Amino acid sequence: MGLAKRIIPCLDVTNGRVVKGVNFVGLRDAGDPVEIARRYDEQGADELTFLDITASSDNRGMILHIIESVASQVFIPLTVGGGVRRVDDVRDLLNAGADKVSINTSAVTNPQLVKDAADRFGSQCIVVAIDAKRSTDASGYTWEVFTHGGRNATGLDALEWGEKMEALGAGEILLTSMDRDGTRSGFDLEITRQFSDNLRIPIIASGGVGNLQHLVDGILQGRADAVLAASIFHYGEYTVNDAKGFLATQGIEVRL
Amino acid sequence: MIDIAVVDYGMGNLRSVAKALEHVAPELDVRITDSAQDIRDAARVVFPGQGAMPDCMRELDARGLRSAVLQAANSKPFLGICLGLQMLLDFSEEGNIEGLGLFSGKVEKFHSPAMVDEQGNRLKVPHMGWNQVEQTMKHPLWQGVTQGSRFYFVHSYYVVPTDISIVAGETKYPTSFACAVAKDNIFAVQFHPEKSQIAGLTLLSNFVLWEGGSAITKLRKVA
Repeated sequence: MGLAKRIIPCLDVTNGRVVKGVNFVGLRDAGDPVEIARRYDEQGADELTFLDITASSDNRGMILHIIESVASQVFIPLTVGGGVRRVDDVRDLLNAGADKVSINTSAVTNPQLVKDAADRFGSQCIVVAIDAKRSTDASGYTWEVFTHGGRNATGLDALEWGEKMEALGAGEILLTSMDRDGTRSGFDLEITRQFSDNLRIPIIASGGVGNLQHLVDGILQGRADAVLAASIFHYGEYTVNDAKGFLATQGIEVRL
Repeated sequence: MIDIAVVDYGMGNLRSVAKALEHVAPELDVRITDSAQDIRDAARVVFPGQGAMPDCMRELDARGLRSAVLQAANSKPFLGICLGLQMLLDFSEEGNIEGLGLFSGKVEKFHSPAMVDEQGNRLKVPHMGWNQVEQTMKHPLWQGVTQGSRFYFVHSYYVVPTDISIVAGETKYPTSFACAVAKDNIFAVQFHPEKSQIAGLTLLSNFVLWEGGSAITKLRKVA
């Protein structure tokens, strides 16, 4: 008896639709966000994460509308990220019904945003999303933080960055391996484990899930507190319930 | 006549609580309010809260809502959620601040050295996610909620009431703590029923029907 490991379906949303790409490019339509959110809730999803990948700021209102609609029908925690630049953006998303707001690029360009948002709304609702990519140096592998949906290198070491975000008030880290995202070859377990072992706040592993064993590996080997996946659920290969059933057979505590 | 007042003192997102109440009781007037008069007039009061307790106490007083909240807690069905539970105690380690003092006891932090599970893995703080709730008291608000159901938690502090007879539910992380307390017309929980899917909605739908008090029988002695 204890805290369950969480399974979090992720919905990448643009122009009012859920889409999914490979390595951040090549988007495929996966359906209506409200309908998909309801389906995952019925299947036993522990939380839902929405990433607004709309490039233009003209369509910002659309994600607020979607979140309002989901929040009046689905009573599990909702995290929303994408294009969050100001404390007011955080406020607008929370008011629309988000429980947590995920900050990625703006945490790099303006780390004070993380502190200001955590001070104002509480650490419990501030998630910092980190897109990390492997590179090699003389000492072996390192991981670098990328921003703008994976396009821009920052020169920041991912683990040091994660520790800094924890110190500034982040309540949780969403760690995405850019090398693995969309490849269906499993999480980057090494960087996940480093984050889990070195940070005191919960870590959500993301990027690369292609089967249910990958979820188990993220938890048992990567020691993640939660695992996030998109395509294995979107196209009906597995339900969230299938995933939980499999995790339970591997001795992992889940909410059934 | 307001059926349910959700007390708004500027701390955190109250939309989720209001939406969940509207979902279980669409015929009722659920109002998010910072008006002391609304709180006095309402048939039932929900007292939520997020963030840090010193900020919550300060903001509650800045809006002049302390006496209305105390009066409600002493007179009508009253549901505290998260910080809305912690604030009912005498004292909190968070900022070493006095609470409303409706219940004797204090609010303590999950201290890092003790945060290790049975396998020796370090446990994260905040305690975030779905954990099991053992009902330690028979209570109208637990009606239809299966013993050991999981509810959604997110918190770094927990309550330690002096009088263990008010403990209505316990959760382990890694040791047992009181996650629900009940006395007379007050029921207060550390977890978020508004985010706990069916178990949470069941508890909220019990609350909108609850008249307060009732015969409360202990199921077992709380250690």
